[in-house]
Amino acid sequence: MRFRLPQRFNLVSTILWGLRIVVAVLVLAGSWATLSSGKLTPDAWRELIVFGIAQGSVYGLIALGYTLVYGVLFMINFAHGDVFMTGAMTAFFVARNFGESGFINANPIVALLIIFAVSMLTSMLVAIVLERIAYRPLRRAPRLVPLITAIGASLFISNSIRGIYGEQSQSYPSVTALQGRLDLFGIPILKTQALVIASAIVLMIALVYFVERTRTGRAMRAVSEDKDVAALMGINVDRIIVTTFAVGGLLAGAAGVLYALVFNEVDWFMGFLPGIKAFTAAVLGGIGNIAGAMVGGLTLGVLESVGPFLLLGGANVPSPNQLRDVIAFTVLVLVLIFRPNGILGRSEPGR
Amino acid sequence: MSSQPAVHGQSGPPAAQTPAERVLELNGVHTYYGNIHALKGVTMDVAPGEIVTLIGSNGAGKSTTLRTISGIERAREGTVRLNGRDITKMPAHEVVALGVGHAPEGRRVFSRMSVAENLDLGAFRRSGPDVATDLARVYDLFPRLKERRTQKAGTLSGGEQQMLAIGRALMTQPSVLLLDEPSMGLSPILTEQIFKIISEINDQGTTVLLVEQNALMALNVAQRGYVLQTGKIILSDTAANLAANEQVRQAYLGEI
Ligand SMILES: Nc1ncnc2c1ncn2[C@@H]1O[C@H](COP(=O)(O)OP(=O)(O)OP(=O)(O)O)[C@@H](O)[C@H]1O
Ligand SMILES: [Mg+2]
Repeated sequence: MRFRLPQRFNLVSTILWGLRIVVAVLVLAGSWATLSSGKLTPDAWRELIVFGIAQGSVYGLIALGYTLVYGVLFMINFAHGDVFMTGAMTAFFVARNFGESGFINANPIVALLIIFAVSMLTSMLVAIVLERIAYRPLRRAPRLVPLITAIGASLFISNSIRGIYGEQSQSYPSVTALQGRLDLFGIPILKTQALVIASAIVLMIALVYFVERTRTGRAMRAVSEDKDVAALMGINVDRIIVTTFAVGGLLAGAAGVLYALVFNEVDWFMGFLPGIKAFTAAVLGGIGNIAGAMVGGLTLGVLESVGPFLLLGGANVPSPNQLRDVIAFTVLVLVLIFRPNGILGRSEPGR
Repeated sequence: MSSQPAVHGQSGPPAAQTPAERVLELNGVHTYYGNIHALKGVTMDVAPGEIVTLIGSNGAGKSTTLRTISGIERAREGTVRLNGRDITKMPAHEVVALGVGHAPEGRRVFSRMSVAENLDLGAFRRSGPDVATDLARVYDLFPRLKERRTQKAGTLSGGEQQMLAIGRALMTQPSVLLLDEPSMGLSPILTEQIFKIISEINDQGTTVLLVEQNALMALNVAQRGYVLQTGKIILSDTAANLAANEQVRQAYLGEI
């Protein structure tokens, strides 16, 4: 028998395989070096992981907005990071007020619920207005046009907030009830992080219920598959699209408060990096895919937090944490090389 | 040309003629896609209880006619009336509620949803006990759909998807059912079966406007027909007359 090359053998796949092996070796070697050096205690690792999950939950909530809008319009709403920012910034004033009056510590649950509500409603409103005046008139325009509008809208929103609320970074008042740690199955977790993770889980469940079980959710899925036919079923497609923006805005607003609780500071520019990271998370999980947004967010959050230490901790890199974005985005590129549709696969535009 | 039947615009075929008696009435409808003039003054009507077929070759404007009726495309000129009411400028999602059920070309089922969800979407604007009655009727017409009701529509066979597209349109409780090439891509046996079901649906009292490439089969089940060519109705007559017509036989029945 003659030796034959595998049928699909070609240069590109060989290079990709080579790359996979190199990456695997580097990751293993780096991790092994770090773990064997014992620089970080198990507690420190746990801390990094939990922080990663908390930050990933925030990314995931923002990523849902990208993915939902992509699902119905096949467009990336690049102003979504700013939608997130407006909520956190507006709610800041309420939070500061509650902090000064002492209400936030007198009745933290009610105070936080009000802060959440203000942030969520603000972001929702901004998202609705954005869809109505920036995107809807361009519904039939070539695909690049709304993209440019999105960038314009992003600059418009962030600079409006900069002008109205000022350029200074502001910090949310600290909530006494949220200080310290909580014992979760023997693991001490920062209360803020526990709140972030728990809220993200609740919102995720609510969203899945909404999309899968309600009439409007079903209409949303129909619009996502085929707008013309959705209209033939009696679905008001424009209304469903604006509802989608509204839902994305609500989630972004909630993420805004959670972000403020974890990172403490808010300013007019805070939407930029989280926005890009959440977009990345959405693509990583598979854009258009709701579970994918959350998986992508968590993956990115944990990678960012654990990755630098795990891969570079053993080497003598002076401050691995500064390399977190480098590592996170390298991983993103690698994931997309091997899984172009993201971890869970994306939804494709219909015909 | 002596055997040519009534040309459109002259004395019409034997159909009900007072406005109130027409389910559907198109008058001089012009529809454009950008600069492409797809319909150039289409005038036609459908009376209650009829099966009317619209035949014509590729690109004649058959689908555009149906899309204009259901409001997916907007007529630039002319009027579309449903049960006497002007629906020319009405958006598609409102036209459905007034009684136009449209099973579009290429089936276009919601492939990521189950069969049952697809059918439920047909009844999106409706509620109440008659939704269940209609669902039972659809499952009765298409027992196969009942067996597969939890299955994702995308995994159905072509024939099953067509049944689902028709069933979904029936769930809108239409006063006129628009069917766009229901036999497309189906085996002869399945085609036969679909046409039988179309007759059955009609026997149960649903008015049908049927677009077909398979002109022979269509003229077989229909009472009347229109022939569309490059956006214009060139012939309109009883189905029997059209089937016997020289021109039709040559152009659409594959005879030379
Ligand atoms: N979305 C569109 N954009 C531009 N032109 C279109 C579009 N849809 C249809 N047309 C054009 O309009 C004309 C009529 O098309 P239509 O789909 O109504 O034909 P049809 O009779 O249904 O053909 P077929 O038998 O192939 O389905 C054709 O010339 C077609 O190229
Ligand atoms: Mg067609």
